[in-house]
Amino acid sequence: MADDKPAQADYDLRTRALVSVLTRKGLVDPASMDAVVEYHESQVGPHVGAGLVARSWVDPDYRRRLLADARAVAREDKLTGFQSTDLVAVANTPSVHNLVVCTLCSCYPWSLLGLPPTWYKDSSYRARAVIDPRNVLREFGLDLDDEVEVRVWDSTAEVRYLVIPERPPGTDDMSVDELAALVTRDSMIGAETLTAIGQQ
Amino acid sequence: MGDPDTLAQLSLLSRDEADQTFAEPWQAQAFAVVVEFIESGRLTQEEWSQRLSAELKAAEGRGEYDTGERYYAHWLAALERLAVDRDITAWNELAAEREETRMNDHHRRNEQLKSP
Repeated sequence: MADDKPAQADYDLRTRALVSVLTRKGLVDPASMDAVVEYHESQVGPHVGAGLVARSWVDPDYRRRLLADARAVAREDKLTGFQSTDLVAVANTPSVHNLVVCTLCSCYPWSLLGLPPTWYKDSSYRARAVIDPRNVLREFGLDLDDEVEVRVWDSTAEVRYLVIPERPPGTDDMSVDELAALVTRDSMIGAETLTAIGQQ
Repeated sequence: MGDPDTLAQLSLLSRDEADQTFAEPWQAQAFAVVVEFIESGRLTQEEWSQRLSAELKAAEGRGEYDTGERYYAHWLAALERLAVDRDITAWNELAAEREETRMNDHHRRNEQLKSP
């Protein structure tokens, strides 16, 4: 949900003024800006990360490589955004649950998951995920057993994280594509776990 | 990060939200400028992360805890400040450009009202 209308009109005006100054000075090109927006709205999204996760469930060698050097795998797969930024994949297990946050701002593996959801940019989430991850997860509807260790990963400009959720039970007969369809964006941030029907 | 009392007053977190990329067109534009800057090597991820983080911290310092909805407003503010700090533009140039854009919008609206 956005602010009230007058504030939006002001942001809109400020943005257009800034863009026209930058365009006039040859620092941005409106056509390539449109392409950037188009790309982020239609091409990149959680389906990219979901493909990696699903493949890691069916291909043990791929999984090993992903956990050892996710950035190398992402670059092999021709994913953008990892020239100067590292990527680390962390796997959930019955005894470990991983959760990703960016306490500084909103660093996020955009080319794998699309743009970050609003709650990821929430000051409350950014502050509390590190201090009190169990309760944050509980508020998200995920009540972990006390025996499960919660590991919180704080993203930076230098390193981004991808959570490999556990493969849901009862999915042995599914194809990679069918499995990928089960993998949600939030499960790859660690905000939820997966069930076979994809929703909790 | 923030003192626990203030944090405790924040509402419970919810993952519910409409699954849209940008809520308003200006957010997409402001986003695209930063991507262009980074891809053309004018700006590093590190510098942008620091600038955005400083903007968010300043807002929180003013007591403006936000639920992520004003995120692109901070993004835009950080971008304007970057352009001014780098001497790409100046605050008065931006203000003049806004005024001109506003006048153009006004003019266009009047023209549209006049046409049948």
